[in-house]
Amino acid sequence: MQPVLSIPVLSIRGLSKSYKGGLQALKTVDLDIQRGEIFALLGPNGAGKTTLINAVCGIVTPTTGQITAAGYDTRKDYRAARSLIGLVPQEMHIDIFETVWAVTTYSRGLFGLPPNNAYIEQILKDLSLWEKRHEKLQALSGGMKRRVLIAKALAHEPEILFLDEPTAGVDVELRRDMWALVRKMRDRGVTVILTTHYIEEAEEMADRVGVIAKGELILVEDKNTLMKKLGKKQVNFELVEPLGALPDTLKEWDLALTDSGRRLEYTFDTTAKRTGVASLIRRMSELGILFKDLETKQSSLEDIFVSLVHTPKPAVTATADVRS
Amino acid sequence: MADATTTSPTPAAEHAPIVRNVPAFNGHSVWAMYRFQMVRFFRTIGESLATPVITTALYFVVFGSAIGSRMAPIVPGLEYGSFLVPGLIMLSIFTNSIFNASFGIYFPKFTGTIYELLSAPVSYLEIVIAFVGAAATKSVILGLIILATAYIFVPVQILHPVEMVLFLILVSFAFSLFGFIIGIWAQSFEQLNFIPMLIVTPLTFLGGAFYTIDMLPEGWRGIAQLNPVVHLISGFRWTFFGLSGDNVILSLGVTTGFILVLLGVVSWMFKTGYRLKN
Repeated sequence: MQPVLSIPVLSIRGLSKSYKGGLQALKTVDLDIQRGEIFALLGPNGAGKTTLINAVCGIVTPTTGQITAAGYDTRKDYRAARSLIGLVPQEMHIDIFETVWAVTTYSRGLFGLPPNNAYIEQILKDLSLWEKRHEKLQALSGGMKRRVLIAKALAHEPEILFLDEPTAGVDVELRRDMWALVRKMRDRGVTVILTTHYIEEAEEMADRVGVIAKGELILVEDKNTLMKKLGKKQVNFELVEPLGALPDTLKEWDLALTDSGRRLEYTFDTTAKRTGVASLIRRMSELGILFKDLETKQSSLEDIFVSLVHTPKPAVTATADVRS
Repeated sequence: MADATTTSPTPAAEHAPIVRNVPAFNGHSVWAMYRFQMVRFFRTIGESLATPVITTALYFVVFGSAIGSRMAPIVPGLEYGSFLVPGLIMLSIFTNSIFNASFGIYFPKFTGTIYELLSAPVSYLEIVIAFVGAAATKSVILGLIILATAYIFVPVQILHPVEMVLFLILVSFAFSLFGFIIGIWAQSFEQLNFIPMLIVTPLTFLGGAFYTIDMLPEGWRGIAQLNPVVHLISGFRWTFFGLSGDNVILSLGVTTGFILVLLGVVSWMFKTGYRLKN
């Protein structure tokens, strides 16, 4: 089989997974990931993020559906498919009695590659693990252990890298390193798929965003498009004179008066034909309401996400306590 | 349903197409897994060998010298201590093969590192070859060390050394395979010890490690024939002394049959993902 460039590096068709207890972790999921992109899978706990990843990686057997990696079927051509994929699991699954060097070289061999000490050395240096290479994992801090998991996943030079909640519970420094690493991977042409519930992470890094809730991929969209489409914008006026109450003549705009009348907030939809900003300013000057400063704010991906996931049944999705 | 096929703005067009040519047998993977297991063994070689060697030495002292010297020989011309050697080696092989192999696969399940094994481009057969092979290697090493220990205490003769080693390998593999299955089945450390304690040790003690089956009362002899361990010990003892009562062909048949059944169980376990994956 000769995969060609135009095919997606990862293609998921009709994937579903029901566990024996009857829990349907994934309802029919279809997803194409293009080579070299950074894809963020967002979703609350129990939404099915980890099940999706594990189904791709061979850790969970799908109930239905087909998955291909660079054109290789993950079941029929599992050797080729799996050799392309690196996985950094969410949980700290490590062998604490082994050294950093031992587990990293093991991972490379396990995935069928001949030893390459120079390459492993480079990975360990990139992840600031080189100094610790002879230490047993039990001697490492939590953040360091997570770096080891990443080193293991990179040891076999994967084309597709799954990062399952890579920055859950890690310090700021590691999170920044992680982001740098992801960009570096992308520059090399590696496709990165990460799950997160830190929206800022997706916002910061992802090219595309998928939102998963209750086992369903409810949205897949280019990040910028998504933010434009669903984004609300806000204009805040810092008033010269505080207002006691909103004048009736301003009621046609969606305004809020905060900061004891010193601040006027106007929220509007960017996709609406008329935003109403210009007319509001005109009306304000007519009324003699002067402002000394003005700022605009765009709603974050988090706001978008929360509105997406919570709109139908607010409380239920967030509290479903199932492994995602 | 969202439009899943939206194309990305950043296709890595400049990169060469991804092609993976994978061998039919993944030698690097098997070696990596095997080596990982063996390194652990050699790192704890003191603990790994001390217990079985000391235990066996005690058997020789107590049963061979202290009690054995006052017994009439079971087999004419053969000291009881010498008679014990093959049985004691087998006893150690059984328990250590099961322990090493079950622990080898149970431990990754326990720590969660099994995720890596399940996501690796390795076949079930390759996993079995590496894990069971490593456990069997340890057992063969142990068996030979116990044999060397035996030389210190009692006179040892080996009529068929080549067959002896082959038999040692075969039995080590069989029981390592058995241990591997127990390791997959077990869901706690208690369960890991359950089968060896409850089934294997009794079968071994009743299996003629310390006596020949001919010494049992008439009725028990027939029942003893159903104990597979009887045949394993009997065959191994033949390679030492060539006793007429020991049927080596039957012994080989039982061992091979045992391995085939176990391989069937293992392949079923992997196919269904039994206690390995959801």
